[in-house]
Amino acid sequence: MSSFFLNLVNQHKRQVTDSLYRLASCGVLATTAWVGLSEDRLVAADEAEHGLHSADYPWPHNGIFSSYDHASIRRGHQVYQQVCAACHSVALLHYRDLVGVAYTEDEVKEMAEENEVVDGPDDTGEMFDRPAKLSDPLPRPYPNEEGARFANGGAYPPDLSLITKARHDGQNYVFSLLLGYRDPPAGVTVREGLYYNPYFPGGAIAMPKMLADGGVEYDDGTPATESQMAKDVTTFLAWAAEPEHDERKLMGVKWIFVLSLVLMQAVYYKRLRFAPLKSRKIIVDVVN
Amino acid sequence: MKAKNKAFVSGILPRLPFLNDLISKVSSVSNTLPKPMEMLLSQKGPAYDLMSNEDRIQMERKELAKRFVKADNLYDPKLLQDREKTGSKRLSVLNQPGLSLVTDHLIDYPAPININYFWSFGSLAGICLGVQIATGIFLAMHYTPHVDLAFLSVEHIMRDVEGGWLLRYLHANGASMFFIMVYIHMFRGLYYASYVSPREAVWCLGVVILLLMILTAFIGYVLPWGQMSFWGATVITSLASAIPVVGNSIVTWLWGGFSVDNATLNRFFSLHYLLPFIIAGASIVHIAALHQYGSNNPLGLDASVDKMSFYPYCFVKDLVAWVTFGVFFSVFVYFAPNFLGHPDNYIPANPMSTPAHIVPEWYFLWVYAILRSIPNKLGGVAAIGLVFACLLALPFLQTSEVRSSLFRPIHKKLFWLLLADCLILGWIGMKPVETPYVEVGQIASVYFFVHFLVFVPILGRLEAKYSRSLAS
Repeated sequence: MSSFFLNLVNQHKRQVTDSLYRLASCGVLATTAWVGLSEDRLVAADEAEHGLHSADYPWPHNGIFSSYDHASIRRGHQVYQQVCAACHSVALLHYRDLVGVAYTEDEVKEMAEENEVVDGPDDTGEMFDRPAKLSDPLPRPYPNEEGARFANGGAYPPDLSLITKARHDGQNYVFSLLLGYRDPPAGVTVREGLYYNPYFPGGAIAMPKMLADGGVEYDDGTPATESQMAKDVTTFLAWAAEPEHDERKLMGVKWIFVLSLVLMQAVYYKRLRFAPLKSRKIIVDVVN
Repeated sequence: MKAKNKAFVSGILPRLPFLNDLISKVSSVSNTLPKPMEMLLSQKGPAYDLMSNEDRIQMERKELAKRFVKADNLYDPKLLQDREKTGSKRLSVLNQPGLSLVTDHLIDYPAPININYFWSFGSLAGICLGVQIATGIFLAMHYTPHVDLAFLSVEHIMRDVEGGWLLRYLHANGASMFFIMVYIHMFRGLYYASYVSPREAVWCLGVVILLLMILTAFIGYVLPWGQMSFWGATVITSLASAIPVVGNSIVTWLWGGFSVDNATLNRFFSLHYLLPFIIAGASIVHIAALHQYGSNNPLGLDASVDKMSFYPYCFVKDLVAWVTFGVFFSVFVYFAPNFLGHPDNYIPANPMSTPAHIVPEWYFLWVYAILRSIPNKLGGVAAIGLVFACLLALPFLQTSEVRSSLFRPIHKKLFWLLLADCLILGWIGMKPVETPYVEVGQIASVYFFVHFLVFVPILGRLEAKYSRSLAS
């Protein structure tokens, strides 16, 4: 900075200015190099602490014109029900949410009736059990956090309703995590009851590897490979976190299309109104 | 008026738009009686051309003040003009007492003809405020300010309320949009030095609005009661504990208890509903102050020689800016609604578990970086105070007689350096407190203050000195 002022105040001391300027540039370069080099080290430390960064997978619903793959949501729900639901809740989902998304109304009603929920009190003041209805939330595996921790050796299986929104790069993270189990590298020891997974912050997760080829029987006959199940359940969870996704993108496309028409009109209107001002000619009349 | 008073009026008071207007009103009422229009017009003849500048200003002030003398003044120039135009004895709708505000400030209001699209960001900020208030009122109908229900009620809005997701995404992204618009608006003011006399009050009111916005956005972010809401609230309110002696009592008073809890959430909700209306009021005063002397312009020169009426010219130009902004805003709302947020805020608040990094919303990062650059809590809070003191003092720190950076090559460079400095501060604000970031943040923080407290005052003097030496 000093170079600006010196340059101004005293033009004759250009040499001083130049050397100062060179010094300042060296300083800036050195600082940049220092920050750049440290950044590498920090990123490595960061991946150990916060988990390996997942790859970017081409989700079919990523594009601005893309909706969810609803067959995948249906399969994903089956994976959730048969594998995840033993420990994880999706407390924000109701049976009704599945209607028209992954199942027909009759299918969901039938699914709901398999569960008993406590309702009441009735006319005598007693609580009673009844089959679940469309308006009921999906059942939770544990009554509360304490119960969940007790059943899982102190670890708390998080609710999955918002999991893809509540983690950095959520969909890719869930997918990578589910497929990321491997033997710990040399020098890394994992405590009894924990499993090595480089995508999990800290590298040791209490959830064992849950997906294995053929672990689920899909009702549409898709071969249930490990990665197929991971993909489907991630799509299901992405939908659970953002059920408005399809409607949102459709509305966005329509709205931005209309706005761009309005924008063209507005630009035309502006140019029309400004034309007289822009085409003015200023004459300096020196005679009068 | 006595010579001494006159010097006072012309020397100091013109810097304060409101007082200036008040003085002209009082002096004109006491000195003159309303004259017939013809007399005024005859005064405006050749004699007007021969008048000294100061006398002309006095005369025009008196003429202006007549509007305020009596509503039924038959010689009111406005009324006469209106009659001439419409040919009716009745005052036209737009000149009725209430609606004349619209005529004066949105239709006939003269704006410099050369203002560019950066002058649209004030109205864009106004639109953002409107969107925030409108969506906020509807969100409040479905939201529950209780520690056990707040998070769930937000999800209820997202899932069960018809169009609720749109309301919430508009509101959440609208806050970011508001800050983007206001930051661009401020940097425009810095580039073209719109804060220079006679618009000091406009700038200072703007800084007050920024402070109110920061407060509103901060307490608004607490309402969804996610992890970042809770821990952000804990960290920021705890800053008050840095105040010596009474600090801890103040924190307890802010919280309404001994930790961030239900009482805190309730009062934050109440204040979050109140503050936007105060911002709206402050914005109206901001505009009123602006309309005393009118807008600055890219050349920074007196624009009274060439002005255009607000309608249709400013309106059609702003319309283009508004619709473009609508597209920009919509891209976030519809296609990347959580891009500007933090994933941790989708985890319900848990006082037993601290997130790995507590990061404020992006628009606070630059201030946050300055706060963290000082290794002492009280020092950090004092530094933030100094940031806003610098902004408030800017019109009085600057020494240049030239406004626009177009004519100030060094100021132009300093402007871009300041912008880069703020971006660096923003980047540092989201990094952990570790070795290269801390030092870079400290250098950037020091540079921020040096810009306002050293470069700005010195530059004007150097420019004056240099231009004198060039002239001789």
